[in-house]
Amino acid sequence: MSERIREKLAILADAAKYDVSCASSGSKRKNDNKGLGNTGSGICHTYTSDGRCVSLLKILLTNFCIYDCAYCVTRKSNDIQRTAFTVKEVVDLTISFYRRNYIEGLFLSSGIFKNADYTMERLVRVAKELRLEHKFNGYIHLKTIPGASDELMKEAGLYADRLSVNIEIPTESGLKLLAPDKDRKDMIKPMNFIKQEIIQNKNEIKLFKKAPLFVPAGQSSQMIIGATKETDKDIMYTANSLYKNFNLKRVYYSGYVPVSHDSRLPSFDSAVPMLRENRLYQADWLMRFYGFHVKELLNNETPHLDLDIDPKLSWALRNPNQFPIDINKADLQMILRIPGIGVQSAQKIVSARTFQRLNWENLKKLGVALNRAKYFITCNSADFERRNLSSMQIKQYILASSASKYLKSNSTQLQLF
Amino acid sequence: MTPSSFDSMTILIYDGTWYGLLCCIYDVYEYKLGPVSVSTKEQHQPDAFSNTQEVFTSAEHAKRVLKGLHTKLSPTGMAAIYSCYLSELPEMASVIIRYARLLFSSGISEKAYGNPDVLKVSQVAKMVSRERHRMKAFIRFRLTQDDIYYATIEPDFNVLPLIVSHFKNRYADQKWVIYDTKRGYGVFYDLHTTEEIQLDFTVDPDKPTDTNIFAENEEQYQTLWKDYFKHVSIDSRKNTALHVRHVPRRYWKHLTEKQV
Repeated sequence: MSERIREKLAILADAAKYDVSCASSGSKRKNDNKGLGNTGSGICHTYTSDGRCVSLLKILLTNFCIYDCAYCVTRKSNDIQRTAFTVKEVVDLTISFYRRNYIEGLFLSSGIFKNADYTMERLVRVAKELRLEHKFNGYIHLKTIPGASDELMKEAGLYADRLSVNIEIPTESGLKLLAPDKDRKDMIKPMNFIKQEIIQNKNEIKLFKKAPLFVPAGQSSQMIIGATKETDKDIMYTANSLYKNFNLKRVYYSGYVPVSHDSRLPSFDSAVPMLRENRLYQADWLMRFYGFHVKELLNNETPHLDLDIDPKLSWALRNPNQFPIDINKADLQMILRIPGIGVQSAQKIVSARTFQRLNWENLKKLGVALNRAKYFITCNSADFERRNLSSMQIKQYILASSASKYLKSNSTQLQLF
Repeated sequence: MTPSSFDSMTILIYDGTWYGLLCCIYDVYEYKLGPVSVSTKEQHQPDAFSNTQEVFTSAEHAKRVLKGLHTKLSPTGMAAIYSCYLSELPEMASVIIRYARLLFSSGISEKAYGNPDVLKVSQVAKMVSRERHRMKAFIRFRLTQDDIYYATIEPDFNVLPLIVSHFKNRYADQKWVIYDTKRGYGVFYDLHTTEEIQLDFTVDPDKPTDTNIFAENEEQYQTLWKDYFKHVSIDSRKNTALHVRHVPRRYWKHLTEKQV
């Protein structure tokens, strides 16, 4: 069997890799049936040569597809080799990889063959077989197929830890342009269905502790960045509405990798917008963990995130009236807004200052990036930034004192000397 | 200066075990010692100017110290001390003693990160915790002919005791061995309980699919995993620095996907 499987794995892993989600956390499935595996806070078992985490066996069931979305490598019109796994093959690969501690579980997606229900039914069958016949308690992430019936979605949710529906393109007009056969409504409908079912399941668990789990790790989605002309504001407002309206656990941003010569798309030799992607994730984190509202980061005056500095620093420079902040007095919410201080150091500061007033040395040891933070804070020291620096000057000082890991590859500015 | 700092430094010599270290703390209070540093017999280099005192390891004394620490520390704080011990870093034994004295005598909290010893304990515990997490990720089992999943490791810190329960819960239905070749001991799970073992052979790392030892289809799954690893990479995003930061070179030897 070996050669045939190797070939299929090569094709169907290749086709699945543009889905960036790799999370295996958020679910607490215990191994209490003396079966195989459990889930917890998630483990990245290895990293690809592009530095992305490999946590799940991420494959397509098949790369046959009836759709012709311009941004997608498995689009109908693309001349590539097509193949399909059987249910048994996927189950065997998952179990054998899992037993060797290669993976946390399975992320199964698929091209759409025949119709949505036919495809979805096969995805569900893989999950069902793993759970029921092999007592597999590892992580299962299923991609849901837009347009599949509610019954199938519900069944999928009983076996999967996470379901995802990809929104694909941040704007509705972009989607119309690149994937004329697809409709935003078909993506919103299953998201809403999953959300309602999750809420209902939570209530059931409150009443009966033994009620079956439904998608315990919640749902996620993904957008392709830079395939159309959308602004960062478009992207983050869409993400914000997904978080708010559908209680999504994660939204992923996937820089467009050129896979097609199509006049509607960036040219084939254009670079993957990795720096932009990085800034979007930073903005996403600020929204979810730092208490920022999306409107503070992006609005009509600033429709794009700065590429040369991170979005928190950029916000601080636009709002000099909020600073300086006294480290020994300000509340956690405000400390989280200081550039150069992350969630962990913010919490450490709040703990440590109840025992002693903190000075520069203490802050440095706690892990604060003083090269950025020092312009925005005062602490237990007579020594602080007294010059009345403008935002522009602060930005220049900070840029001069740090070497961005991206600068080398993206240097478009001429050297003066 | 406090009176005790006029006392000369006492060097406590202990047996290197966890209980031995706890007994050092016991003896500090039992003999009302001034400043101490701690060292094992192997590390100790005698000199003429300091007093040395050998510590007798007693389970009873150790448990009393543990009980005392429990009243001062959260469960995380307790785990942090044990992790610091497992780090095997030479200076940590003395740091742990000073830390315990701070807790017992000055009423300082485990969260007073302004204090250098408190901060050190939390930082080293974090380092050990990272290594523990990496081992959960980087262990690669190979199926042997007698149906045991076998893995070798060489962690920087002695983290095997910290990962046993994870593997026991996860792989409840398969027999496995995790062997630390650097420290010469391992753990065997027989489907019911785990026990510490010592092997008088190790598998030749250059022959990860030796058919005298490993199951017939073992090589096939290793190949499939290597194929998969190769195909999930996106060439246009290649970033070797990032890859190496996440998967440091010293671990490559034991990673199936990094073998050619």
